[in-house]
Amino acid sequence: MQQIRIKKMFFSRKTVPYVFIFPFVLSFGLFFLYPVVSIVQMSFQSVLPGKVEFIGLENYRQLLNPTFFKAIKNSLLYMIIILAILIPVPMVLACIINSKKMVGKTLFKSALFIPALTSVVVAGTIFRLSFAETAGALANHIIGLFGMAPIKWLRNASTGFPVLIFLSFWRWIGINLLYFLSGLQSIPEEIYESADLDGAGAVKKFWYISRPMLQPITTYVLTITIYGGLSMFTESYMLWSGNKSPNDMGLTIVGYLYRTGWEQNNMGFGAAIGVFLLAVTLILNAVQLKISGRRENA
Amino acid sequence: MRKTISKRKRKVSIIAIIMVLLFAILAIIIIFPVVCLVIGAFKPSQEIIRFGLNANLDFSIMNFQNYINLFTGDSDYFKWFINSLTITIVQTLLSIFISGAVAYGFAMYEFPLKKLFFSCVLLIMMIPTEIIMLPLYKEIINFKLIDTFAGVILPFIAAPIPIFFFHQFLKGISPTFLDAARIDGCTEYGIFFKIILPLMAPAFASMGIYQGMISWNNFLWPLIVLKSADKLTLPIGLSTLLTPYSSNYDILLAGSVTAIVPIFILFLLFQRYFIAGMTAGGVKG
Repeated sequence: MQQIRIKKMFFSRKTVPYVFIFPFVLSFGLFFLYPVVSIVQMSFQSVLPGKVEFIGLENYRQLLNPTFFKAIKNSLLYMIIILAILIPVPMVLACIINSKKMVGKTLFKSALFIPALTSVVVAGTIFRLSFAETAGALANHIIGLFGMAPIKWLRNASTGFPVLIFLSFWRWIGINLLYFLSGLQSIPEEIYESADLDGAGAVKKFWYISRPMLQPITTYVLTITIYGGLSMFTESYMLWSGNKSPNDMGLTIVGYLYRTGWEQNNMGFGAAIGVFLLAVTLILNAVQLKISGRRENA
Repeated sequence: MRKTISKRKRKVSIIAIIMVLLFAILAIIIIFPVVCLVIGAFKPSQEIIRFGLNANLDFSIMNFQNYINLFTGDSDYFKWFINSLTITIVQTLLSIFISGAVAYGFAMYEFPLKKLFFSCVLLIMMIPTEIIMLPLYKEIINFKLIDTFAGVILPFIAAPIPIFFFHQFLKGISPTFLDAARIDGCTEYGIFFKIILPLMAPAFASMGIYQGMISWNNFLWPLIVLKSADKLTLPIGLSTLLTPYSSNYDILLAGSVTAIVPIFILFLLFQRYFIAGMTAGGVKG
């Protein structure tokens, strides 16, 4: 009797949806909600093996140090440059490749997409060895053709950081191009045709039709680029083979979290960095949602 | 009249040539580093240490020795390869199936707190996982899952992006379609397994590739969880070879090429699903 009741309940339409979403709810609680609460708690503690102590704001006070400021500066600068390049450039390229006059669309799309298939580790290997210090390495060879002396690319921030940006550009250009292309394909052809009748040129059509109509896709690409920019770590880790670039020129917020939390085993301090990053992410998301929401309503 | 048309046509073709040229240059810049990697993999380690990667085709020093070392030597490369393959396959299958079921629950039923739970999916999408890795690491230690593949896979099985993607996909299926099955005596679970799962095949293919790429290339979390040398994944293993004093450049370069070749082949075969899967988040509304 009891068994039948349970069975009936299991199959009733009231319970069924909960059965389906149960794995998510469990995973959300265990592997998201609990860690988020836990990281806030840890950030007020000194966490040593077998000895956890409440130390108030000490971890946060220690955050005010030049290395952490450098990590913040690097992460934010990286994010801003990536946003400034990896949104407008692929957007314009998508409009060009989408035009009827373009030939070899599939070929170019595939070619630009290839780097997205390589892992960051392989990409990092390629870039580290292409921007090696010797005169024979690819980058120095190319500038040598213009009569320039070899550069120690990854030793100075003025060249190392651009290489990092180039690596990300290389890996992401194809994917972002495809995002914008998929957005362009949902714009009705008639809008462009009527613009043609009004004598609008390519630039005007881009600015007054494609750009505003791509708004939802742009918002999405913006979101994932902010996310990727703020949480960047592996690119830098690979380019400088380890979490230790000269003068910390490639140290990011996540890199600093990894250094303090794992390499130095100072988990409370690492947690404070995590909380900081969490706050930044939430603020940026809120601002972005507000702005894009306003645009959609307008 | 005719003159202006031909003039316009010529102008158009010049623009077309410029556009093609622009993309050709860009494509060369993008592909060139990969070409250098492939060329470098045929050169001896000392050559790479002394000159780095470049496009010099010097056939007097190029040979297959690196690949011979890779395939016949005693490096851990294929152990890493198998580890990565195992993690990728298990994680992809599990997360696609579970996310599909969760998405079905969200898309096809009305229930209290549905909005709240679904906003949890969106919340996870917005917050970088790196933030919570410290407590997650402690949790995995407590669960005794440290240094196991389960520890790598388990926390990310109910993945928000596949759930969101499948949810959008299932929204396109009319609920009356399900009522017909209910009248025929199908249970709610039967509907999911017999009707919905087959319908979702194309969405599964796209998300399978998306999730597969993520698992295959995943770096930071496996780096934290996996400790023993024989459990490392391919990206972590390769990264250990890239040290300034490395004498393992033969394995590193030949191994990098060998790591991307299977993905290139899959890409050429299933291009449509790759593009759909890797740009899946863009499908909105």
